[in-house]
Amino acid sequence: MPSVSGDTMSLMQVKNITVSYGGKQVLDRVNLSIMPGEIVTIVGPNGSGKSTLLRVVLGALDPQKGTVKRQDGLRIGYVLQRLQIDPSLPITVRRFLDLPTRVSEVDAVAALKTAGLPDVSKQQMTSLSGGQFQRVLLARALLGKPQVLMLDEATQGLDQPGLASFYRQIEAVRQDIGCAILMVSHELHVVMSASDRVICLNGHVCCEGTPDVVSAAPAYRELFGTGTGGALALYRHEHDHGHDHDHDHEHHHDHEAAE
Amino acid sequence: MLDDFLVRAALAGLGTAITAGLLGCFVVWRRMAYFGDAMAHAAILGVALSLGFSVSIFIGVIVTAIAVAFLFLGLTGRGQSADAALGVIAHGGLALGLVAVALLPGQRISLDAYLFGDVLTVSCLDLAVIWGGALVVFVIIWHRWSALLTATLSPDLAHAAGIKPRREELILTLLLALVVAVAIKVVGALLITVLLIVPAAAARTAARTPEGMAVLATTIGAIASLGGLRIAMTLDTAVGPTIVCTAVGCFALMTLGSLLSKVA
Repeated sequence: MPSVSGDTMSLMQVKNITVSYGGKQVLDRVNLSIMPGEIVTIVGPNGSGKSTLLRVVLGALDPQKGTVKRQDGLRIGYVLQRLQIDPSLPITVRRFLDLPTRVSEVDAVAALKTAGLPDVSKQQMTSLSGGQFQRVLLARALLGKPQVLMLDEATQGLDQPGLASFYRQIEAVRQDIGCAILMVSHELHVVMSASDRVICLNGHVCCEGTPDVVSAAPAYRELFGTGTGGALALYRHEHDHGHDHDHDHEHHHDHEAAE
Repeated sequence: MLDDFLVRAALAGLGTAITAGLLGCFVVWRRMAYFGDAMAHAAILGVALSLGFSVSIFIGVIVTAIAVAFLFLGLTGRGQSADAALGVIAHGGLALGLVAVALLPGQRISLDAYLFGDVLTVSCLDLAVIWGGALVVFVIIWHRWSALLTATLSPDLAHAAGIKPRREELILTLLLALVVAVAIKVVGALLITVLLIVPAAAARTAARTPEGMAVLATTIGAIASLGGLRIAMTLDTAVGPTIVCTAVGCFALMTLGSLLSKVA
């Protein structure tokens, strides 16, 4: 088990990373560290560099500047946005779970169950529904006994109930195996309520803190307006949303999300 | 036994077809068919260079094929579409090879054997190269199967598992160059890609797992090579194209079979 104390004990840490594509700066001196067992959510508008940041943390992308440190032998579970399996590649769910290392039958069935699936082992990956597919990705990520589970917009294409139940599953998983969770999402209301820490990203870190702190921060409201504050309240009835009116917005009054 | 040219031809065809069948699965999964085609066409330039510098055809072809791979990466990195870059390389290489051969001093050399294959004239040395190449391909793919497959499914999933997808891609590219070099004597530059694609495509109709598809594609390659040689002897047709026709026949039968089994 990873140790839980002290900043030096973080599972992974990126410092001052800067990434640009074709002259356009996508990430500007971003810092991020993940402690064992915490749920960290990165929110931000499209093109804010969320997925890029995740890919840097993952090691799939080298930043032009800055440092990326991972604990030695850190086990990462990754659930990606959308996996397009080429139709020419036949693969059953069971075989998919065996990638990249073979797992026992018992473990495979258990992982499917933890991910909230019945035994779909024998089905072809391509025959699964969107929700089932994402859950299989989750199951596969869990089989590696991850210390960090990373989810990149893992719920794209799920309907509302599917989405809520997916995130409930994630929280259950965290309690079960105690892994840290780093996720990227734009489903602010669902995601934020389950997070220990939220990082609001728009090329740089705009603001950071507990969901309440972030949703009240002016920088966050600049980006998302106040509508999401109301939506967040659906999940956190105990909180006061008087702050919806405590500073002025000229450009974004989409209050359809019920106040 | 190896004194018999038919035995040598059968062994050469078999070695080439099973190797191409196995590697062909990755070519199909990763949509590298046209890439393999460019390598194979440009191999004619490799043949011309080998003749010009008096080195083994095998060396010339494999070096050219690898050069093609890097040229492709260079071109696509500079704003050319993959399609256009491959088109330029494939047919540019082929034409350049044909011109270069004509410019070689000495008597005119016919390239027919390299364009269409000439399996009936393989030597014991050719056989050693073919089976040596086959062994390399099988050992490497067997050894790295899981990493290759993960990187094929998703580069990001590979990264998360500590696998470097670029390295796996490079390995597949080098293996492809090797197969092109091995196969040119058997089916010829123009038909190599078919030998890669068709067994894998036929296997897809019946396979449920990647492993199943690989085994089946290898088997179909074996059937096509031996069956094709047999048919070519009976009908007195060119061996390379007959092997390819047999493979396409397998593909047609298996596709039909899978359609019928769905109806039934």
